[in-house]
Amino acid sequence: MRRYSVFAIAREAMRYHEGWERAWPAPTPKPRYDVIVVGAGGHGLATAYYLGKNFGITNVAVIEKGWLGGGNTGRNTTIIRSNYLQDPSSAIYEKARSLYEGLSRDLNYNVMFSPRGLLMLAQTEHEVRGYKRTVNANDLQGIETRWIGPQEVKDLVPMINLHGPRYPVLGALLQERGGTARHDAVAWGYARGCAAMGMHILQNCEVTAIRSENGQVSEVETTRGTIGCKKLAIVVAGHSSVMAEKAGFRLPVESMALQALVSEPIKPMIDVVVMANTVHGYLSQSDKGELVIGGGTDGFVNYSQRGSWQHVEETIRALIETFPPISRLRMLRQWGGIVDMTGDRSPILSKTPVGNIFINCGWGTGGFKAIPGSGWAMAELVANGEPGPLAADFGLERFREGRFIDESVAAGVAH
Amino acid sequence: MLRLTCPHCGVTAEETELTPGGEAHLRRAGPDATDAEFESYLFARKNPKGVVFERWRHAHGCGKWFIAARHSVSWQVFGTYPAQTTEPPADLIETIRAAIPTWEGWQ
Repeated sequence: MRRYSVFAIAREAMRYHEGWERAWPAPTPKPRYDVIVVGAGGHGLATAYYLGKNFGITNVAVIEKGWLGGGNTGRNTTIIRSNYLQDPSSAIYEKARSLYEGLSRDLNYNVMFSPRGLLMLAQTEHEVRGYKRTVNANDLQGIETRWIGPQEVKDLVPMINLHGPRYPVLGALLQERGGTARHDAVAWGYARGCAAMGMHILQNCEVTAIRSENGQVSEVETTRGTIGCKKLAIVVAGHSSVMAEKAGFRLPVESMALQALVSEPIKPMIDVVVMANTVHGYLSQSDKGELVIGGGTDGFVNYSQRGSWQHVEETIRALIETFPPISRLRMLRQWGGIVDMTGDRSPILSKTPVGNIFINCGWGTGGFKAIPGSGWAMAELVANGEPGPLAADFGLERFREGRFIDESVAAGVAH
Repeated sequence: MLRLTCPHCGVTAEETELTPGGEAHLRRAGPDATDAEFESYLFARKNPKGVVFERWRHAHGCGKWFIAARHSVSWQVFGTYPAQTTEPPADLIETIRAAIPTWEGWQ
């Protein structure tokens, strides 16, 4: 793989940009791999990347039924933060956030990480207390967050209306090192990194069956033929239950639609990420100038990757009181992704009832921010067969044992 | 927008008038149940990409619970019936089988 650099740009500029190579090849499947990762989204590709980088396992295939990064990796609102309440969550999300800081250099691919600062608005007394508690918890966890008053919120977000009649802004939790990144570039950068280590990325290759012998996984049947493997990592977000059923077990997961929308592009008006959890909307401005807006999930099982109109209406209605200027904007497009929700709104990184099948799912509405940390912890789990410190608390057995990592209560909403 | 007909009051309601209540026909394990059975009852979900049986409450209407049989990809609704039953009605099962011959059944 030829490295990207300023010299490469200069060299290509001299020869009409004819020398750029493909970022990753489109190989023919081998009959057998050491590890197969199902799902070439951010989490799957990061898993493969850190398997190679941290453990030297490079006989790996990442197989994907559609196109690379075409699921939730390409459908989220690109927010990165680690201001969680519970210790296991903070640890893995902070690992991810800190990896994001050096990711462009590590991958030699610009993921456009923008630590622009992230505000979580407190609009009720309950939220004020909740976020102050989170700030204190983050202090103990070594995560930089702080509580700011309404005036500082106004200084950071001039267009905000502090004195909404229904939901006044009482302050905010600020994580200055939170922000956004270019979501597609994260998938593309990891894919290029995997390909450079000799891994195979097989797109348009759907898993139709998973076979095991004596309780150990042996091969997967795909639309591009049967492929053998020693270990199988299932990292497919919304379709986790579908894959688990093929492997012969059930998950404590329900798949629901989460949607987002963007406005027409406008001049810069907001240079931080704002989340308003009471009214349930979040807002940031992309580099193209669009306002990127996210809302809540549907409450029922849905695999259709479509939005629901009433959620668009609810989200916009909620945000207009706090951000009056957006009432004049036209919305450009909206879309939906299928997220895998667990009961405690925390992910699952776990061994499964079938030997050498590992699962990484349940990131629900907040998976993008976790991609590097999730891949790091999953690679450790797959390589060693046992979870490392980051994944240890996220096993499937936590449901049976009643050890929930209850971020649904901590956040009060999907997050 | 999803629209379902409440089998109690007959109103065809949009999803904003209804509250979803999760997977239907979960069977609570009895006092002799193993830990695994109880875990399965509490947490494990079928979450099918296909025909779902789910509980709904006509919350902003008659207030009654009912069960809807629906396709989780196409959103086709096969039928609704009152929640006071332990299994789907036979004619509804026939309707679904006619629509999807490869359907594996509700259990």
